[in-house]
Amino acid sequence: MRIAVIGAGPGGLAAAATAAENGADVLLVDENPRAGGQIWRHGPMAPPPKLAMEWIRRIQAQRIETHFGVTVLGRDSNGLVAYSEQEGHVCLQCDKIILATGARELFLPFPGWTLPNVFGAGGAQALLKAGMPVEGKRIVVAGSGPLLLAVAATFAKKGAHVVGILEQAGIHSLLQFAPELIRHPAKLIQGVGFGTRLFPTRPRFGTWVCRAMGNDIVREVIATDGKREWPLPCDILACGFGLVPNVELAQALGCDVEKGKVSVDEHQATSQSGVYCVGESTGIGGEDVALLEGEIAALAALDIPNVTSKIHERWRWESFVSNLGRAFALRKEVLQLAEDTTTVCRCEDVSFGVLKNQPDQRSAKLYTRCGMGPCQGRVCGPACHELFGWELNKPRWPLSPVTLDALLDSQ
Amino acid sequence: MASYDCDVLIIGAGIVGAACARALHQAGLRVIVLDAAQPGTGTTAACMGHIVTMDDSKSQMQLTAYSRAAWERLAAELSPDCEDLAAGTLWVAEDDEEMDAVEKKFRYYSEWNVPCEILDGEGLRRFEPNLRAGLRGALRVPGDRVVYATNCTRWMLQGIDVRPVTPVAALDEHGARDISGNVYRAKSVVLACGSDSAKLIPELPIEPRKGHLCITDRYPGFCHHQIVELGYLKSAHQFTSESVAFNIQPRPNGQLLLGSSREFTGWDAGINNDLLQKMIARAHMYMPALANLLLLRVWTGFRPATRDKLPLIGAWPGRQGLYIAAGHEGLGITTSLGTADLLAAEILGTTPPFSPTPFRASRILDPDYGHHE
Amino acid sequence: MATMNKIRLKIDGKDVEVLEGTTLAAAIYQAGGTTFHHSVSGQPRGPLCGMGICFDCRVTLNGTPHVRSCMNLCREGMEVTTR
Repeated sequence: MRIAVIGAGPGGLAAAATAAENGADVLLVDENPRAGGQIWRHGPMAPPPKLAMEWIRRIQAQRIETHFGVTVLGRDSNGLVAYSEQEGHVCLQCDKIILATGARELFLPFPGWTLPNVFGAGGAQALLKAGMPVEGKRIVVAGSGPLLLAVAATFAKKGAHVVGILEQAGIHSLLQFAPELIRHPAKLIQGVGFGTRLFPTRPRFGTWVCRAMGNDIVREVIATDGKREWPLPCDILACGFGLVPNVELAQALGCDVEKGKVSVDEHQATSQSGVYCVGESTGIGGEDVALLEGEIAALAALDIPNVTSKIHERWRWESFVSNLGRAFALRKEVLQLAEDTTTVCRCEDVSFGVLKNQPDQRSAKLYTRCGMGPCQGRVCGPACHELFGWELNKPRWPLSPVTLDALLDSQ
Repeated sequence: MASYDCDVLIIGAGIVGAACARALHQAGLRVIVLDAAQPGTGTTAACMGHIVTMDDSKSQMQLTAYSRAAWERLAAELSPDCEDLAAGTLWVAEDDEEMDAVEKKFRYYSEWNVPCEILDGEGLRRFEPNLRAGLRGALRVPGDRVVYATNCTRWMLQGIDVRPVTPVAALDEHGARDISGNVYRAKSVVLACGSDSAKLIPELPIEPRKGHLCITDRYPGFCHHQIVELGYLKSAHQFTSESVAFNIQPRPNGQLLLGSSREFTGWDAGINNDLLQKMIARAHMYMPALANLLLLRVWTGFRPATRDKLPLIGAWPGRQGLYIAAGHEGLGITTSLGTADLLAAEILGTTPPFSPTPFRASRILDPDYGHHE
Repeated sequence: MATMNKIRLKIDGKDVEVLEGTTLAAAIYQAGGTTFHHSVSGQPRGPLCGMGICFDCRVTLNGTPHVRSCMNLCREGMEVTTR
C-alpha cells in the first residue's frame, strides 16, 4: 500500500509516521522547504518545539520518501501531478491520499493594511522563525484568536517590544466560553515552545486596529474599542482574524467541501474513495486534533480496525473546538473597516468601493479582476465572503503558478 | 408574476446579444435583454478577445473585415476597462509552403483593402524577438486588435434594460416566459445565447466546441502582436477531430493569453490534459522563452460551432418575429458588431451594410447545408 | 536542525551573509529591506502571509521575476532584486 501524505504539519506528520509504522509505503510532500507546517514552523534561529521534534524523529526513524518544496497541483491517470522549482514536474504514484493541507489566515481589509511591515499574525511569526530580525522593534499584535498571544510571546522572546495585543473578541464572549478555555489553557500558547510564561503586555479585549499609517512602511496604527480611538506608534503590525481551511487541493481532487471545510466521516475519509483529509482543512481544531486525525486517517487507510479509541478521543475535543469558534466570532465592526479606496484584492489592486456593488464573486472577478492574480483569490476570496457574503470561487487549475516547462516535462 | 412589453426581446447578454441590443436601442427601439447569469460571463468571458480579419471564406472575410473596421471606429469610445489594444496580428509561416499561403493571404486581404504587409524571417524576428529563429516569415495585419470582451459587453449594454439571472423557460407566440413565470411580450425576439440557443430551439445545429486557454503572469514586452501560426487555419477548418494551434496574445497589463485547442466533448468543461500539453508544447516550439514563464490559470470555454463555420443571423422560419444571432464559433467577439448591423437592418427593414444571404439562419433547412460554403 | 553554515548572496547589489536555512524573505529583512516589490498600481508591498499564499513577497531571483521569497531558502551566490 502506497500512501501519499500531502502537508507536513502536525496532521500530516502523524499520518505519515503512523502509516509507515504500520507497514505502509509512505511519501510525504510539502510545499515548504522543511517539515513542521505553520504551527511547528522552525528555522535557523527558531528550533522546533519538543512535540514537533518527537514526530519529526518518528518520521526520520521510518523509510519515508519526502518531497519538500513540492506543490501538488492535482491528479491524473498516472497519480498526483506536482511541481517543484528544483525538480520541475513531479509525478507521484500512490494508492491512497491523505490530505493535511492545513489552514491560512483570514485577512480583513482596513485602511493601510497593504503597507510593508503589516503582516498576518501567523505571517509575522512565520517570518520571524525564518530569520526576520525583530530585536528592538515595536510590534502591535491584533485581530482575533488564540494565535495572537502566541505571536506576542514569540516576538517578546526575540527581543521585540510588544506595544499592544488587541483582541477583537469581547471579554464577555470569551468569558461565556471560558470554562472550556480554562480546561485547556495550554492550547492558547502551545506551539511556541514554552509554557505559561508571563505575557509582555496585557491583551486588550474588544479592541481592534482600524487603520495603519505610514508612507512606505507602517509607522503607527490607530486602535479602537468602538468608542474611542488612540494611536500606537510601531514598526510592525501583526494582524490576523483567525484561520481559513485550505480546501483547494481537496476540491481539485473532487472531494466535497461544505461551509469552507472538507467533508469527512469519522475515519477522516472524504467523499472521494481513497482520499482522506485531516487537520485544519476539515475545520479549525488545533494541533492536538490534527495529530489525532492524522493517526485515525492512517489507520483507516490501512484498514486497521482498532481505531475506535482514537475516534472517541477525537470526539472529546468537539465542544472545545466549537466553543473556540464561538468565543472568537468576528464582530461586525471589523467587517466594516474598509473605505472605498481601501484595496481588497492585493494582487490586482481592486478597491472596496469598486467591489461593494458587484452582484457576486464571479462577476467581481470578471468585471474588476478581483481574485484574478497569482494568489487566485486565496486572500481576497475569504475576505469578500466575510464582507459581502459571496461564495468562494473554486480555484482554477493549476491551483498555484507553475512554469510552462514543468507542464512540458510531464509529456 | 409580471408582464413586460418591449419592441425587441433579446435572450442572451453575451457580446452578440449586447451588440444587437445596442444597435436596436440606438435605433430608438425599446429593448429588454435577458440572461441566465450576469452579462458577458459565459463564452464571452472564456474567450481571447481577438478582433481579427479571417479569410476562411468570402462570407467570413466580408463579415470580419466589416466588423473589424467597426471595432476600429468604436475604439476611441470604449471605456478603459475594455482594454482595447491595437496589437495587430502576425500570421506566422514555418516553411515555404506556409509562406506561399502568406502571399496568397496578402493578395486576398489587399483585394479587400485590409492593410497588411509580408515579413521575411528577419523582419519577423525584429518585431517579435521571442519567436524562435528560422521561421520563414509572416503576414502582419496591423489593424487587428485585442479587447477584453466581458467589459466590452457591459459597455455596450449601458442604458439598456438588462435583466440578469433571468433564465428563459420557453419561447411562446408573444415572446418568452422566464422560469419565475414572468412574461415578456415583444414584436421581435432575438435568440443570442450561443451554444445554449439549441436548448430553446432544439433544431438549431449549434454545437459546443471546447477550447482551452492559459494565462501567464505579467511579462510586459514579451510579445507585441497577437501571434498565430498559419496552421491555425487548418485547425479551425477541421470540423470533427481534436486539434491545437499556436496562438498567443499580449494583454495590455503584460499578461499573455495562450491558445488554442478545439474538440467536441459535449458540455464537459474539464481540462483535457493531453490536449493541453500538446497545446503548450506547440506554443513552446514557436516561442522557446515561454518555458520559464509562470502559468497562472487554465480554463475551458465553448465556442458555438456551426457546420459551415458561419454564424446564423436573421429570421427563423416558422415563427413570425423570431430571429437568431448565434453560432459564431471562435469569432463572436469580432463579428458581434457586423452581426448586430445585419440583424438591426432586418428588424428595422433598412438596407443591410452587405448581403445577409450567406448568414441567414434558414439555410440550415437546406438539404445541402454544411456540404459547401 | 540546520547546521550553522554561512551563505553569501547579493540583495540589490549588496553583499549579504546569512545562516544556512534562512529564507530569501528573511535575508531581505536582515539586509534592511522592507519593500519587496510594487503592486500593479505602484503601491509598495512586502510579505503579508509569510507562508506562500499571498504572493506579495515576490522578488526577482537570478533574473527570474515573480519568485516567492518566503518559500525559497538562500543559496550561495544568489542574486536577488527587489523593486
